[in-house]
Amino acid sequence: MTYFLRRAAFLLPLLLLISLLAFALLKLAPGGPFDKERAPATAEIKRAIEAKYHLDEPVWQQYLRYIGGVLQGDFGPSFKYRNHTVTDIIAQGLPVSVALGGMAFALSLGIGIPLGFWSAARRGQWGDYTGSFLAILAVCVPALVVGPLLVMGLAIQWRLLPVALWTSPAHVILPTLTLGLYFSGRVARLMREGMLTTLHEHYITTARAKGLDDTTVLLKHALRIAVLPVVSYSGPLLADLLTGSFIVENLFQIPGVGVFMVNSSLNRDYPMVIGLVLLYATLLLVLNLLVDVGYSYLDRRVKYE
Amino acid sequence: MPNKLNAPRRPLRAFCLLPFAFFLLFLSGCTRNEPPADLVLINGAEPDSLDPAIISTQTEMRIVKALFEGLTRLEGKNATAEPAIAHRWDMSPDGAIYTFHLRTNAFWSTGQPITAEDVVWSWRRALDPLTGAEYASQLFFIKGAEDYSTGKTNAATGKPFTPEDIAVRALDPHTLRVELIGPTAFFLDLCAFPTLAVVPRFWIEKHGDRWLLTQPVPSNGAYTLEFWRLNDRVRLRRNARHWDAANIRSELVDFLPIKSSTTALNLYETGAADVIWDKNLVPNELMDVLGKRPDCHKFDYLGTYFFRFNVKRKPFTDVRVRRAFALAVDRQKLAAKIVRSGETPTSHFTPKGMGVYEPPDGWGYDPEQARKLLAEAGFPGGQGFPPFHYLFKTDKLDEQVGVELQEIWRKELGVKMELRAMEPKVYYSAQSALDYDLSRSSWIGDYNDPNTFLDMFMTGNGNNRTGWSNPAYDNLIRTANLQTDPKKRAALLRQAETLLIRDDLPIVPLWFYAGVNFYDPKKIEGIHANLLDEHPIHTIRRKK
Repeated sequence: MTYFLRRAAFLLPLLLLISLLAFALLKLAPGGPFDKERAPATAEIKRAIEAKYHLDEPVWQQYLRYIGGVLQGDFGPSFKYRNHTVTDIIAQGLPVSVALGGMAFALSLGIGIPLGFWSAARRGQWGDYTGSFLAILAVCVPALVVGPLLVMGLAIQWRLLPVALWTSPAHVILPTLTLGLYFSGRVARLMREGMLTTLHEHYITTARAKGLDDTTVLLKHALRIAVLPVVSYSGPLLADLLTGSFIVENLFQIPGVGVFMVNSSLNRDYPMVIGLVLLYATLLLVLNLLVDVGYSYLDRRVKYE
Repeated sequence: MPNKLNAPRRPLRAFCLLPFAFFLLFLSGCTRNEPPADLVLINGAEPDSLDPAIISTQTEMRIVKALFEGLTRLEGKNATAEPAIAHRWDMSPDGAIYTFHLRTNAFWSTGQPITAEDVVWSWRRALDPLTGAEYASQLFFIKGAEDYSTGKTNAATGKPFTPEDIAVRALDPHTLRVELIGPTAFFLDLCAFPTLAVVPRFWIEKHGDRWLLTQPVPSNGAYTLEFWRLNDRVRLRRNARHWDAANIRSELVDFLPIKSSTTALNLYETGAADVIWDKNLVPNELMDVLGKRPDCHKFDYLGTYFFRFNVKRKPFTDVRVRRAFALAVDRQKLAAKIVRSGETPTSHFTPKGMGVYEPPDGWGYDPEQARKLLAEAGFPGGQGFPPFHYLFKTDKLDEQVGVELQEIWRKELGVKMELRAMEPKVYYSAQSALDYDLSRSSWIGDYNDPNTFLDMFMTGNGNNRTGWSNPAYDNLIRTANLQTDPKKRAALLRQAETLLIRDDLPIVPLWFYAGVNFYDPKKIEGIHANLLDEHPIHTIRRKK
């Protein structure tokens, strides 16, 4: 228990360090948020804009000002979307990304775990070959290819589903498939590996020797240990999915935060970038913590002190 | 080891139910019950802002022009200025003083009357350096405006210029007097420009930066802002209080900020969108096929694609080198090979079709002459020519142009050019800092007058970015803008442009933009092709 409390205590300093690193890297990159094709009408105006966003202050001061705001819950204005604050943008986009990411996560586990389990159970036979082939296929074809293919087939050719946007339940299906299929392949492979390794363990031999039937052996004794690689992978996977996928959101024009993850760096929108980096880092750290909790629950041999 | 194991079915089924559980969750929380829009437009790129004073791109302006009007607005057939908040005006004989008479039936969508004081306040706000209006220069034709905006000190009082020094005055609630520096042929077009739009003082003073996110946003244009969801859509609703409400043809209009050209085309093809009106939202590779369809409407657009020389860097300090480079390029072939949408290759900078102005011709295609000039400049056959680079931003078209130019100059002149691609912000910053040898460039006109293309190359103009400065050029532009006779003015501007594209050549024009609008004329009416790609939303609707 104290182990987890200690881990949780490290969260805040770690996030602070991450924000400092992100800020420093951004400032090192050339080009600023207000460099455009059309120069500002006068030098006065350029100066006024920079003063308004405190870009004329020394870098360390800008950072302290930003952190001061964050500690009071204010993540700053967006330099690109000048009528919105970072909180506005994240509050609008995060629920959408979470919905999409959550569904893709459920899909990847919902397909991946049974597929991997089934392949391992039929090891060396056609079932295994088929299952493994499907898993590899899913992993080798990235979302960038799967998405347009699905759109071409299901949305344009056969007009079964909408092409893009996010307004009705029907709009959810293609993005979820595009996002989830790749990860279901990865989960299936991890699950299969986990199962195969576990099935060679001594306690499985013992269980079989005791005369337990296959169902009990596989489900009650092997599964909870075999699923551990998947559990480890789930932490970063969920963090990645919940913060939105740039490719899928761009392709289907989904109003999540994934697009901002990439575009805000290109736009040198400093508060937006750091806000998103902190969001992702928090999710990742918290989920990793939960994964470790899950570990100690699933595998009773694991103890933390 | 037993190898035929029965994979148990029930728990697997339980796993497969997981996504459906989430689906139900989603259904309960995330569906929106909104009526479909009457018109769906693919606009391209999320607007940075909807504040008329701050915006600078065409995609933003399309939405903003529907929300906020100025004294005039541009009509959709020829993009000329027509009455908006002002229903008529008088001009003094010397062309420098305008008196606008505002409508008495002009109201904000929330009910308050619009007065001449609102106009004064809006223009002062646009000129205030603290507002950060990038297009404040559109107002610099007004006396006192530039002095105030640049924070200059008034020699008479010893103090900085104040907003009261801007020569705009409300004579009474419905009469406005504007004094310009000199006659300005395009001033009425400028009044239709979003930077000069009238904005709600009472609302902005109350809500500050959040005035566009706090509903109900008062608007004086044909539409009100229903909602603005980033990366989803901007929805506008017909403004029942508009002075011309009876002629607003669609009730609900959606602007979709699509960035991917394939998604845009997919939405259009499946009927989820009615119009695509940005050329970069149509895949370039498909233009050969798409260009032949009846729903593809091509038009000449007020924009020029060109490249800049950094005239401060050797060997481009020598005008002979610059001319050689220009003469070596076969623009006809270049345009036909790369752009393919009917772009007009050009040797002059200002597009044809702007009133009485006749642009002069620049340099054509003459590789022999090019080689001779290069030899004269000290680099026969390209020998001894120092390595140099072509700056462009990470864009497919720009890259293709760069590669072509590299090959052209290698073949015709024997010089070796390096390609330097940069992400947009870095590219703009490098260009502004004159940290380049040659640079890709483009410019889109703001109003239908050659001045919008020519004044940017005056000494000290922030959009010059070539290091070129010619007092004769500056003088010609200034003198031209003081002329009331359009023909005399056109002649002076022509002399200036000759200096630009023939004599000194800090830039080399390549082609004029061709715009493309996709819509089915059997389904959509109200869109007319014009040079400014101006399509007021209130005239467009789906046919019943």
